[in-house]
Amino acid sequence: MIWLVILFVVPFYAMLAIGEGKLDRQTESPVAVYLPWNWSSANLANVWRDLFGSGAFVGEIAWRTIWYVALASVISLLIAYPAAYFVARFAGRRKGICLLLLIAPFWISYMMRMLAWIDLLQTNGYINKALSFVGLGSPDWLGGHWYTVIFGLVYGYIPYLILVLYAGLDRIDPSLIEAGRDLGLGRATTFRRVTLPLSRQPILTGMLITVLPMLGDYYTNQLLSGAPNTSMIGNMIEGQLSTPSAGQGAILSLIVLVVLLVPMIYYVVQTNRAAQAAS
Amino acid sequence: MSSTAIRRKVSATSDVATPRGRRFRNPWRHPWFLEGFTWLYLVWSLAPIAIAVLFSFNKGKSQASYQGLSWRWYWGDKVNSIWHNPQLHSAMFETLKLSAWTTLIAVPIGVAFALGINRWRGVLPSSFNFIMILSFVVPELIFGVALFFVFTKMPGLRLIGIGNWAEVLGLVTWNVSWPAIIVQARLVTIGRQYEEAAADLGCTLWQTMRRVMLPLLTPAIFASAILVFSGVIDDFVIVDLLSSNASNTPMSVIIYSTQHGGNGGPALNALATVMLLLSFVVAGLGYLGYRLMTRGQRVDGQQALTAITGTE
Repeated sequence: MIWLVILFVVPFYAMLAIGEGKLDRQTESPVAVYLPWNWSSANLANVWRDLFGSGAFVGEIAWRTIWYVALASVISLLIAYPAAYFVARFAGRRKGICLLLLIAPFWISYMMRMLAWIDLLQTNGYINKALSFVGLGSPDWLGGHWYTVIFGLVYGYIPYLILVLYAGLDRIDPSLIEAGRDLGLGRATTFRRVTLPLSRQPILTGMLITVLPMLGDYYTNQLLSGAPNTSMIGNMIEGQLSTPSAGQGAILSLIVLVVLLVPMIYYVVQTNRAAQAAS
Repeated sequence: MSSTAIRRKVSATSDVATPRGRRFRNPWRHPWFLEGFTWLYLVWSLAPIAIAVLFSFNKGKSQASYQGLSWRWYWGDKVNSIWHNPQLHSAMFETLKLSAWTTLIAVPIGVAFALGINRWRGVLPSSFNFIMILSFVVPELIFGVALFFVFTKMPGLRLIGIGNWAEVLGLVTWNVSWPAIIVQARLVTIGRQYEEAAADLGCTLWQTMRRVMLPLLTPAIFASAILVFSGVIDDFVIVDLLSSNASNTPMSVIIYSTQHGGNGGPALNALATVMLLLSFVVAGLGYLGYRLMTRGQRVDGQQALTAITGTE
């Protein structure tokens, strides 16, 4: 068994280490520099200047990314929590079918789901037809608007959030809630004092699971808007890949990685703790 | 069961007036608002898909207005149907090929990884475990970019180049954590007793593996294979960054680049529908298979559902 592990872990680890390590060595763009003492900081300086200096266009994109992702994840949570809560606690006999429908988007390709909305949001699409029917005009949804992008992000990532929340809420012992009610708390107070603290963990995990991929998302944006005035950090990185400034893309993704390391490590620690609690 | 009975009883007495004159409200009344909200959410999440599927049968060229039923975009159209456009049907086969290869490679590796992590204590395995879970949450774009550099710039690995092999290697690395995590969870619930009993009865390590552990782990392995397979069908970022030409571009990337390039049309909806069907067939097989394998255990439909989705 052990040799199996070694046989596997080494290439896996090597691959990951190279993958991650490679980036910081990739400082001088098309040519890779492998020796740390030969590294040049030109790209880093460039990216730094773009991020924080005058004329910092990347800085703007970074802020926009954070703003979009924050808004999208809060909206997702506001939608996902009640739905997950209902299915976990009240669905009763319909739980099976609800669960099936909640899980269904998980099996539908992301591209398919975006395509569906592209169809609907076209200038002469069904959404606009419905809107002009009630006299609200027909806005150009796909013309590069922040709300379309955020809408796409919410729609795209909410199934993952909802599944995590469902799994967490389903584990809450209903007798705890009943006890809260028996002790004279009203609905709202029971929810606030009992259910919400118990669901803090699933909420955090769920948020991580949606926020992290959202930060690396470039396709939602590209499909639903495509305009530079809504581009996010992912678009930046992806756009630089096959150009001479690939090195800057590498630095940029490295920076994103470093920033995200804290929440990611938090997630890993939580997972390990949960695994230990289970065993 | 009993709580529903109580709830019924309470609601039968719910129109009794309280001393304060306010009508007594059943504290366990059904949250109709939440229920409505949930159904609304479900409609919102699934109706667009149904409409997109409908458009794949559109007679006209539009993705926005429906003009009647036809098979035009599946095989009727001589130029741009899935059947006649070589790019579209090669994308279909590419997806299947990638899924099959990735599953074949990633599942055994992941199972071995889980066994190793679970049975071998120390700093080294736990740090490997750390990396594995980390690979679960790293944004796919960053991982893809790293791989892109490995396969285009790194000496040695550069020879592989981007294309089929790079895609398979990338997907294996990305998906290996599924079997590793699921099988590990299963190992924890099984405990060590079975193995120890087998060893006491004189089994060698290999016999224990094959005759005891493997049958116990089969449902978990199967569920993770299903997850990996369907995960690869739906994967986009890695294959987008690592595909080099039309012959190794799978369905998701075709949909993205064609639609983004402004050449979208119902043929793309047809392709997406094929993809959807494929995923559902895999999921259905997974569900049935899982039920079959866990026959005699206390596993109900809902548990089987969550198992093949990886929520458990």
